[in-house]
Amino acid sequence: MSKEVLVIGGGIAGMQASLDLADMGIRVHLVEKLPSIGGKMAQLDKTFPTNDCAI
Amino acid sequence: MPENHASDIRIGVFICHCGSNIAGYLDMEALADFAETRPHVVFVQRNLYTCSESGINEIKKGIQEQDLNRVVVASCTPRTHEPLFRSSCAEAGLNPYLFEMVNIRDQCSWVHMQEKTDATEKARELIGMGIAKAALLQPQEIILSEVQTRALVIGGGIAGLTASLSLARRGYEVVVVEKDQALGGMLNHLYKLGPQMQAAKELAAETVQKVNAHPKITVFTRAHVTQVKGFIGKFEVTVETQSGAKKIDIGIIIVATGAQPLVPEGLYGYDGKRTVTQFQLETMLAKGLDAAVRHVVMIQCVGSRNDERPFCAKICCQTAVKNAILIRRQYPETKVSILYRDMQMYGVENEAMFRDSKAAGVRYINYDPADPPQVKADKVGVYHPLLGRKMELAADLVVLSTPLLAREDAHETSQLLRVPVNENGFFLEGHVKLKPLDFATDGIFLCGSARFPANIREAVAQGLGAAARASIPLSKGSVEVEPIISVLADEDACRGCGLCVALCPYGALEVRQTEKGRKVHVINVACKGCGICAATCYQHALSINSFTDRQIEAQIDAFLTVHP
Repeated sequence: MSKEVLVIGGGIAGMQASLDLADMGIRVHLVEKLPSIGGKMAQLDKTFPTNDCAI
Repeated sequence: MPENHASDIRIGVFICHCGSNIAGYLDMEALADFAETRPHVVFVQRNLYTCSESGINEIKKGIQEQDLNRVVVASCTPRTHEPLFRSSCAEAGLNPYLFEMVNIRDQCSWVHMQEKTDATEKARELIGMGIAKAALLQPQEIILSEVQTRALVIGGGIAGLTASLSLARRGYEVVVVEKDQALGGMLNHLYKLGPQMQAAKELAAETVQKVNAHPKITVFTRAHVTQVKGFIGKFEVTVETQSGAKKIDIGIIIVATGAQPLVPEGLYGYDGKRTVTQFQLETMLAKGLDAAVRHVVMIQCVGSRNDERPFCAKICCQTAVKNAILIRRQYPETKVSILYRDMQMYGVENEAMFRDSKAAGVRYINYDPADPPQVKADKVGVYHPLLGRKMELAADLVVLSTPLLAREDAHETSQLLRVPVNENGFFLEGHVKLKPLDFATDGIFLCGSARFPANIREAVAQGLGAAARASIPLSKGSVEVEPIISVLADEDACRGCGLCVALCPYGALEVRQTEKGRKVHVINVACKGCGICAATCYQHALSINSFTDRQIEAQIDAFLTVHP
C-alpha cells in the first residue's frame, strides 16, 4: 500500500491531521481550494478560552 | 571568555523591518548603527522580512561569506520564527544553538507605537543584551532517545479499550490496567445508548472480545499502577496485579480512567428507590420498570452548575432525553416530565433526539434554580413560568440528573504520573485547543471522561485520537529533545540535598550516589529547561545551558553600558 495520504481541506483540522501524519513519517498531500491554508481559524482574532491569537 | 578567544567570536546581526510592523515605529538606521559598535559584531544587515526566503538566504550568506559564528536576529517573537532561524543557521553549517533572537516587534514597535524615540531606545537595549548573550553561547546537540514501543493504557472503559485496539492494530504492544474485575467500564452499567439506542452491553461485549482476542494486548484486571519512573520512551511502570507486582518497560502512557456519577445524598429526597439517579435508572430500565410507575419526573442539573460544582457536565441532558424516549416507547401509558434549567442538546443527533422526545409526548418545564422543584411523597411541586403559577406533578418515580465527577483516585493518579488536574479534579490537557489529548509532559496522553464527562461517541473519538497522537513517538522509534536543559555545571558544589528534585515538575532530576557522594543527576530527555532547579539551587551547582549566570550577567552589563 502506498504510504502517502491525501488531506482535503487546509483548515485547522486538516492541518493538524497533516502534521500528525507527517510526524509519523508519512508523506502528506494537503489540498486547499483557497490561495492559502489556515481556514476559518486564520480569519479569527483571538479564540476562547485561552484568548491566544488564532493565527 | 574562557571558552572562546574573544577574537574568534564573529557575530552577525540581522534587523528585521517586518514590512512596516517594526520599521514604521522604530529608527532602524539608528539600531543598525548601534549594533555595529557592539563588541564582536562584524556584520550588520537590515532586512525587509528576515523570515522571507531572501532574508533566510542573507543569513546563510552571512555565515558563509562573513565567517559568522554567532547569529542574532532582532525581529518578532521566538514563538513564531526561532525554529526557522535556527534551522537556517544549521543549513549554513552553524550550530543552531549559536543563534539568539531579540523581540523588537512585540516588545517595542507594537507596544510603544506612539513613542518612537523611547521605543528605539528600548530596542537598542534589547539588541545590546542579545549580542552580549550571543557572544557567550555554546553549541548544543539535539538529544536523541530511543522509544520502547509498548503502550500502557490505564483504564479499561470504552475510551481506553478503543485506544488500546487502535494502537494494537498498528502493531504496538499494549498493556491495559483495569481496577475492576471486568473490562468495559461505564458501559457495563448502561442500558441503551443514544441516539441509535444500541444496547450498551452489546458494544461492551464486542469491544472487550476484540481486546481479549488481540495478541498484542495484555490485560490486567483488578490491577493498579503503583509506580511510574522515567520519561517518554523509557517509562518503568510497576503494576500491582492479582498475581503480584510486575515491572514493565513502557514507551507511552494513555490515561483513560473515566469518571464517576455524583450520588446526590440529601438532594431532592434521594433514597435510591423512589428517587434515583439517571445512572440507576439505566439499570432499572434494563430490568424493566415496575408496572405501577405511571408518572416519571426528571430533574436536571442536580448537584451541578452551583457554587460547589460550577460546571455543566454536558451529557446529563442527552441522557435524560434518551431515557425519557425509552420510557415513552416501552411504557406508552407512563408520562414523563423533565424539569430543566437549560437544555444542553448540542449537535445534529442530540437536537433530533430532543425533537423526537417532544413528539413522543415528553413534557418539559423550565425551573428557576432560585425556586427549585420540591419532591413530595407522591408529587413534585414546581413553578411553571408559562402558566405563571405553582403546579404539582404526580410522581411515582423521580429521576435526578447528576453530573459525572472526577474519580476520587484521580488525584493519586495525577501524583503518580506528575500530570495536573484542574479545579474540578479532572485531568488537565497540555493546551485546551491545540493539545486536547496530550498532557504537557511528553509521552503521556488522555482520553474519555478522565478529562471531562464524555458520551460514548466522544470517548471513542478521543480514544482514537489519543492513540494517533501516541503513535507519533512510537512510529519514529526515537524522540528528539531540545538540548536547552539543566546541567550540573558545578558538580563539587552539589550537596545532593534534593531540593531541586522535589520541585522539578517533570521528574527530570534524581539524586544518585557517586564516587564524590550524593549528587543530583539530570535526566536530559525529561528536562524542559524551565530553570526552576537552577533558580532554586542555593549552591549554584545547576544551571540552564543557554541561560547561564554568566550569560545573564553579560546581558545585565550590556543593558547598563547602553546607558553610560
